[in-house]
Parts: sequence; C-alpha cells; structure tokens
Amino acid sequence: MNNIIEIRNLHFRYDADGENPSPEILKGINLDIKKGEFVAVLGHNGSGKSTLAKHLNGILTATSGTVIVGGIDTSDESKLFQLRQRAGMVFQNPDNQIVSSVVEEDVAFALENLGVPYPEMRKRVDDALKAVNMYDYRLHSPAQLSGGQKQRIAIAGIIAMRPECIILDEPTAMLDPQGRKEVISSVMKLNREYGITIILITHYMDEASLCDRVVVMDKGRIVLDDIPVKVFSQVELLRAIGLDVPQVTELCWELKKSGLDISPEIISEEECVKALLKLFNEKEFLK
Amino acid sequence: MLKDITIGQYFPIESVIHRLDPRFKIIMTLIFIIMLFTGDSFICMGISAVYTLIAVILSRIKFKMFVKSIKPLMPFLIITAVMNLFFVSDGDIYFHWKFIKITSDGINVSFLMIIRIILLIIGSSLLTYTTSPITLTDAVERLLSPLKRFKFPVHELAMMMSIALRFIPTLIEETDKIISAQKARGAEIDTGSLTDRAKNMVSILIPLFISAFRRADELATAMECRCYNGGEGRTRLRQLKSSPRDYIAFSVTILFFVSVIILNIFI
Repeated sequence: MNNIIEIRNLHFRYDADGENPSPEILKGINLDIKKGEFVAVLGHNGSGKSTLAKHLNGILTATSGTVIVGGIDTSDESKLFQLRQRAGMVFQNPDNQIVSSVVEEDVAFALENLGVPYPEMRKRVDDALKAVNMYDYRLHSPAQLSGGQKQRIAIAGIIAMRPECIILDEPTAMLDPQGRKEVISSVMKLNREYGITIILITHYMDEASLCDRVVVMDKGRIVLDDIPVKVFSQVELLRAIGLDVPQVTELCWELKKSGLDISPEIISEEECVKALLKLFNEKEFLK
Repeated sequence: MLKDITIGQYFPIESVIHRLDPRFKIIMTLIFIIMLFTGDSFICMGISAVYTLIAVILSRIKFKMFVKSIKPLMPFLIITAVMNLFFVSDGDIYFHWKFIKITSDGINVSFLMIIRIILLIIGSSLLTYTTSPITLTDAVERLLSPLKRFKFPVHELAMMMSIALRFIPTLIEETDKIISAQKARGAEIDTGSLTDRAKNMVSILIPLFISAFRRADELATAMECRCYNGGEGRTRLRQLKSSPRDYIAFSVTILFFVSVIILNIFI
C-alpha cells in the first residue's frame, strides 16, 4: 500500500444527527495522498479546506464516507491515539498550541502523554529541536520568541512523535515574511530529508508553488488536483473561485492573451525571465 | 508597561539555593514556618534569624529585594504590633491610662511578633525568588501525588497552574493591545472618577475574556492532537533528582529546628 491517506466519498456536516444540522460542508471528497508527497491544499475562506484537515487526525469524523490514514480508519475511536501519533497537526496561531513555559518541555508534551521513557524522550526532543533549528533555544520561554520561532517549536512538538504525516493548517497566516520563510523551509526540509508526508493548507500561492502537488477546493468539493504549473495555468478558473495566481503566472497569461507566444505554465520568476528573454530575442531576430 | 509585571518574582541567577531540589525547598520552607511559630523567646527568634540570614546570603539575591517584599505589609505589621502591645496585660505595668495598659510582656510579645512576621516574609519570598514558577508547580504536583489515592485531582491542578503561568505573558500582551485599540476609539481609561474607570474597564475585560475562551478552545484541540488524555501513564521530561546538597541543606534545617524546640523547652 503506497497511499498514506485514502479518502473515499467523504461527506460532512456539523451536528449531523442533532436538531439543527449545518449545511453540508464537504460534499463528496475523494483524495489519495502517497507516502512522502508534499501536497498543498488551496481554497478560499469557507471552501472546506480546514474542515478536511480536521478529518485527517480524527478531530472530526465523517458524516458518510471513509477516511483512512496510515491504515487506520479515523472513525475507529479505539485507535485514536495511534492515529494522532501518525498524523500530527499544526495550527494557525502558534500561541494557542504551546502548552509549557519552557521550549523543550513543550516539545516533550506529546511524548509525556504517550508515556515515552525518559532517555528516549530526551533524545527525541533534542532531535526534533535540531530538525527545526531551534536547539539553542531549548531552555527559553516561548514568550521570548518570534512568531516564526514559536511556530517551529509547535512543529518540533509534532515531529517528536515521529509521525508519518504532518498536516499544517495555515501555519504561516499569522507570521511576518521572515517567519513564513523559516517555517516553510523547515517544512520542506522535513519532507526532503526525513520523507515525512506534508499536507500544507494555505492561501499563499507562492507557498503552494513549492509543493509537488496542489489540490484546489471550492464549496466543499475538489475542483483541481494536479502539479503546480498545471493548476496555476488555469487562471480563469482560479479567479472565478476567488483565488489569486502567482504574479509571474498572471503576467505570462495576460501576455499570451494579448497574442504573444509565451507559455502560461510558468510559476517561478527565473522561468519567467527566461521565457521573456527568449521572446525578446526572437522579436529582434524577426526585425 | 504591563509587561514589566513578573508574577512569582523569580530571579534567575546561579546560586546554591537556586540549585536545590524544589521539593526540598518547599518542605524546608514549611519546617521554617513551624520553627518560627514554635519559638517563643528572643533566643529562638535569633536562631531563626541566623538561619534566614545564611539562606539569604547563599541565595545571592540583593537584600533590597527582601526589603521591597516587606514594605507593602508594613501597615499589617504595625497593627499587629500595636494590638499585642495594648492587649497583653501580664507582666510589669509600665504605663496605665484608663483601659490602656502597656506591660513588659506586651512589649516582648509585640517585638517577637514583628520579627516573626518579617522572617516569615523573607523566608517565603526566598522560595519564590529562587524557584521558577514552573518548577514550583512541578514540585507541588509531586509532593501532593500521594493524595491521588483519595481521588484528589493533583495532575489536573498542576496542569491548570502551568497553563495559567504559560498564558500570563500572552494575555498581558493582549491586554496591552486591547487598551491601545480602545484608546484609539476614544475610550478614557486613565481618567474620570473611580466609577467611570471601573465602567471603562468593561470595554477591556469583555474582549479579553472572549479571546481567552477562544484561545482555550484552540489549545484544547491542539492538546488533543498531541494525545493528551489526563495524568494516567504520563512520563516527564523534567526529572527532579535530589543530590547530597539537598540532604545537607535538609539536615541543617532540621538541626536549627531541633535546637529551637530544645531551647523552647528549657528556657
């Protein structure tokens, strides 16, 4: 089995059996994610992307359909802790997920809960802190750290559990550009060096463009699911559901629309510069 | 401005007292308090004072800090002394006017009381000055752990304490922001009569409470994501280890305590 996450026909509404069930938030999601993939989930506010994320480690369970993560059905309550150990979750606000007043103790929190013995715990905490480059801050108080540093501590607290998969729910939404950069590079390192599957929920296009695969959601459904260049070249569709495209893609797309011979499948600045130079040279050649 | 408030008043410096096992520190403080209240003579108080002085010097904390901790309790100190002065009526009478009598015993008792309270404040300040709040919570949890057998929620209390400590700086920062935001909208917080100011506090407290509840909700989810399920079967990263140093300090404390008791019996 190569898929770490298998979602089949997932429907969800809040309070489904209660008196006032909410409108359906997820309307039939089918999604497979392979081990080691780095997937971005994009979507406008209210598209259901955070709700989907909460299904991946059993905070919410399906109204109908199945969600299987690392071979565990998320509706199986007896395996809830195994599930959460395999699929860790990082949230938007770093302040609201740090439990302890000492960095290393916060990182150890999950291990303390799981009853990991001391020598093993010590090693795992140090490894996790080193993996996010925060080892030197292990005895600091989180209150003394910047937003990006706090978010990396939160990530360390998850990787100390040695999960197979990490779900990050808009981890950079509250950070300054510097903090965003730190967090994203830590996450990429975890994916490349440790082979951890990453599901990054975001609304920053430049972050999504770094991933292997982009899933776009709108109104509780998946509307696009492809590699970043293919997704971003669908400029009209993305705009229609309230999303931006990376600036360079937009530029190329507009140029193409006005009749120039340039591919809209461009997502990085370098590619864009190359394509434009090529265009200029051809023009000069024509003269 | 609000950021300057430090709760628990911990001074993170290196000293022998700082390095003592917090469990021993708590127990020694308790013994010290008992020692203060069993000692009934100036000699006993003198011994307690020597003990306090040794601890204060070893802690390397400036004496000024202890004076600061006594200051706010001055009125209480004076009232206690005056009460004792006037209402103890045994011993030689030095002064008598209507129902007010000042006697030799009265003077003795009120002096003893002043010394006792001052030493009490210094001793308990020493505990919080030299132990970080989080270690203190940890030590209390471990000392109270036998009570778990009687269904006393020791772990839960300690967890609540440590989360409260963790969120103090966060909430203080937030309060600062809310005050600025309300001021920018024309709220008058520092001016007006006392009742006006109390009313204006509402405009700070309500947003603060709402945000605190939201934080609590998110924190609970984050804790569940990290497999939190109460105190059962938890292990700890922070290992409290007692060393010879702790046993020496403890023996010294007992020595002082015993000498106070003996002196109390024979004098």
